Amino acid sequence: MKIHKYDTVIVGAGGAGMRAAIESTKRSRTAVLTKLYPTRSHTGAAQGGMAAALANVEEDNWEWHTFDTIKGGDYLVDQDAAEILAKEAIDSVLDLEKMGLPFNRTPDGTIDQRRFGGHSRNHGEAPVRRSCYAADRTGHMILQTLYQNCVKEGVEFYNEFYVLDLLLTEVDGVRKTAGVVAYELATGEIHIFRAKAVVFASGGSGKFFKVSSNAHTLTGDGQAAAYRRGLPLEDMEFFQFHPTGIWKMGILLTEGARGEGGILRNRDGERFMEKYAPVMKDLASRDVVSRAIYTEIRENRGCGADRDHVYLDLTHLPPEQLDAKLPDITEFARTYLGIEPYTDPIPIQPTAHYAMGGIPTNVQGEVLSDTSTPVPGLYAAGEVACVSVHGANRLGTNSLLDINVFGRRAGIAAAEYSATAEFVDLPEDPTRFVEDEVENLRDATGDERVFEIRKALQETMDKNVMVFRTEQTLKEAVEVIGELRKRFKSISVQDKGRRFNTDLLEALELGNLLDLAEVTAVSALARKESRGGHYREDFPTRDDVNFMRHTLAYREVGDDGAESIRLDYKPVVQTRYQPMERKY
Amino acid sequence: MSTPVMDKEERAAKAAADHLITATFRIRRFNPEISAEASWEDFRIEIDPKERVLDALHKIKWEVDGTLTFRRSCAHGICGSDAMRINGRNRLACKTLIKDLSPSKPISVEAIKGLTVLKDLIVDMDPFFQAYRDVMPFLVTSGNEPTRERHQTAEDRERFDDTTKCILCAACTSSCPVFWNDGQYFGPAAIVNAHRFIFDSRDEAAEQRLEILNDKDGVWRCRTTFNCTDACPRGIEVTKAIQEVKRALITRRF
Repeated sequence: MKIHKYDTVIVGAGGAGMRAAIESTKRSRTAVLTKLYPTRSHTGAAQGGMAAALANVEEDNWEWHTFDTIKGGDYLVDQDAAEILAKEAIDSVLDLEKMGLPFNRTPDGTIDQRRFGGHSRNHGEAPVRRSCYAADRTGHMILQTLYQNCVKEGVEFYNEFYVLDLLLTEVDGVRKTAGVVAYELATGEIHIFRAKAVVFASGGSGKFFKVSSNAHTLTGDGQAAAYRRGLPLEDMEFFQFHPTGIWKMGILLTEGARGEGGILRNRDGERFMEKYAPVMKDLASRDVVSRAIYTEIRENRGCGADRDHVYLDLTHLPPEQLDAKLPDITEFARTYLGIEPYTDPIPIQPTAHYAMGGIPTNVQGEVLSDTSTPVPGLYAAGEVACVSVHGANRLGTNSLLDINVFGRRAGIAAAEYSATAEFVDLPEDPTRFVEDEVENLRDATGDERVFEIRKALQETMDKNVMVFRTEQTLKEAVEVIGELRKRFKSISVQDKGRRFNTDLLEALELGNLLDLAEVTAVSALARKESRGGHYREDFPTRDDVNFMRHTLAYREVGDDGAESIRLDYKPVVQTRYQPMERKY
Repeated sequence: MSTPVMDKEERAAKAAADHLITATFRIRRFNPEISAEASWEDFRIEIDPKERVLDALHKIKWEVDGTLTFRRSCAHGICGSDAMRINGRNRLACKTLIKDLSPSKPISVEAIKGLTVLKDLIVDMDPFFQAYRDVMPFLVTSGNEPTRERHQTAEDRERFDDTTKCILCAACTSSCPVFWNDGQYFGPAAIVNAHRFIFDSRDEAAEQRLEILNDKDGVWRCRTTFNCTDACPRGIEVTKAIQEVKRALITRRF
């Protein structure tokens, strides 16, 4: 075991982690611990753009962006946070440009902008060009630009260090941040990183679904570590299904394809979104479009022999436009489907994409241990966190924005905290949990296999916790996940070695997925209304009287060691916008 | 579950089974915890040929041998984790379909060359990233920053578009015979990333980067074999970019 000491430790090297690291490294001695090499993060898979009311190509302002974000989130958004997001968006984009990001340009040389779902002019009048983009590679460019600037700033990375535990120590009745415990993949060695401040920026958990746009490595490691240490998880029932994933594979095809003029069609060739969203049509918010697609499929208007998908039609767009604006997604269609998007429509279906919920934070990025109390020294930003700027449904291009605005804020806040705070003593036996976990898994001889349990988990989540939910499906999910958790206790791994034991890694990741899937299903079961990405067929309308509130899920352990989930709630922050019926 | 759904699932299962083929994957194994020697191991599996090589590796790892070790993340050619040598050519496992590899014959899979193999298909990437860091891969400007964005014409932006696509997967560098023989050579990927800034109209450090690449281990080592261009999973014209850097060194125009 090795012990390291840094002022600030950042967990994760995607967009939020590296944006935080650039700020934190300037102000405090910082280490970034990352399960993957920095440029491998799934920020790089984001395509369509980053929203900011630059007004480079048409009239726009941050107040309209704030409203769209709140409406898009079906009024579960904390409005003070949304206002910060929209206001700071402008400087966030300009900062990236100054760091070198190669945005597409307008004829007069400024950053070009395009349309995106849910972003509108003057509170819903018509789509507006707000997304700043670099072809359909905006996430790739953000990730590369941030890594380039980490190199420039001399950010210290620990690559392929997997953080498995958060260390909190009680000081005068208050739990304070003491550091984290990490498992070094190359050697199997366990490391303690003492830190005054820790920033979680470890991304989402979308691999608990089968059809998913998420990377294999997105297993909710940060959320699970916080949850195991008794911190709440907020709004986990809200998961976004992106309307256009490649049929069966789930690979993301950007909403920018519809921003450029692409149209969704059913088996009759009908532009069905006109029925569901007369004004915004194909550019309605993602929850609305995903439900529309599944409604078409359920009503037997889906495409193909099994009528289980619809088409994304780009054939009316000039090939030069596709080459210039959508080069990657058209290549995906050619590579994985053997389809030529110039001439043929692309089969798509909704794909699990983004967790709106996560570790609750305030607008400074401080993690909250209950409805309002920050944990001294603990921060979170990006998909792992819930500020909440996305509420019940995130707008496209607001996540690349979120990681930059709140990654920066968390990095500054953490470094400023660690500049004045003292190191906290380590808790007793700090590596015990991780050592037990790792050694038990390595030595286990049970006959359950990781991939079988993961597959069963993904299948039940796809079947029961997807776009349409009912009490019955959610109860079934909770029951199945409970059984899988029992089976998980009898798993064994074949690789017993210490060097790059990815067999063991996948088992640890599966444990996290099971915890988070259970929280998601239990939170969804308790929310007896439909709002944003959470649609209950048995409660099809929004219920502001009973459910205009954020869910907080806590892990409870009884005296007998039995685990359960306790749900609590906290109010939504409302400033200037009263909830209205949501129409597109 | 209702009957029509069962029918549909059965039909789908049958259709999938009809498409399955038996393919042999001949994988170069190495685990110094067990043996100092690397060896080939054959795995015969049933798989849909429209699936990716990465899917086959997962099937082997998950259902046959959990010790098989490789890196991967996004699974669709964006993150750059899974460059490997497949049938003797560098490719991303997640971007290579089995049907395109004549699967009636054994498909060989081994680690990329020129970097130290640590276990099975995993190599030490640190020298690769060090070469990248050595070329100053970041925008350098002087003077006061503008309040808004720097302007750049669409033509100036287009000038370096090709090299912005790099995902640092190392497929190019580890396909280069010069790099195999001399690990001191910067290698194509580092030059590509230098190119990305040398030809960016906003950047002011082109001269410095050119001096770095004028070194004995710099661009002049390139023998124009085009292996790098063939290997690039992003379709970057790597050899052309290297030639442009060489030309810029002679003419000092960029």
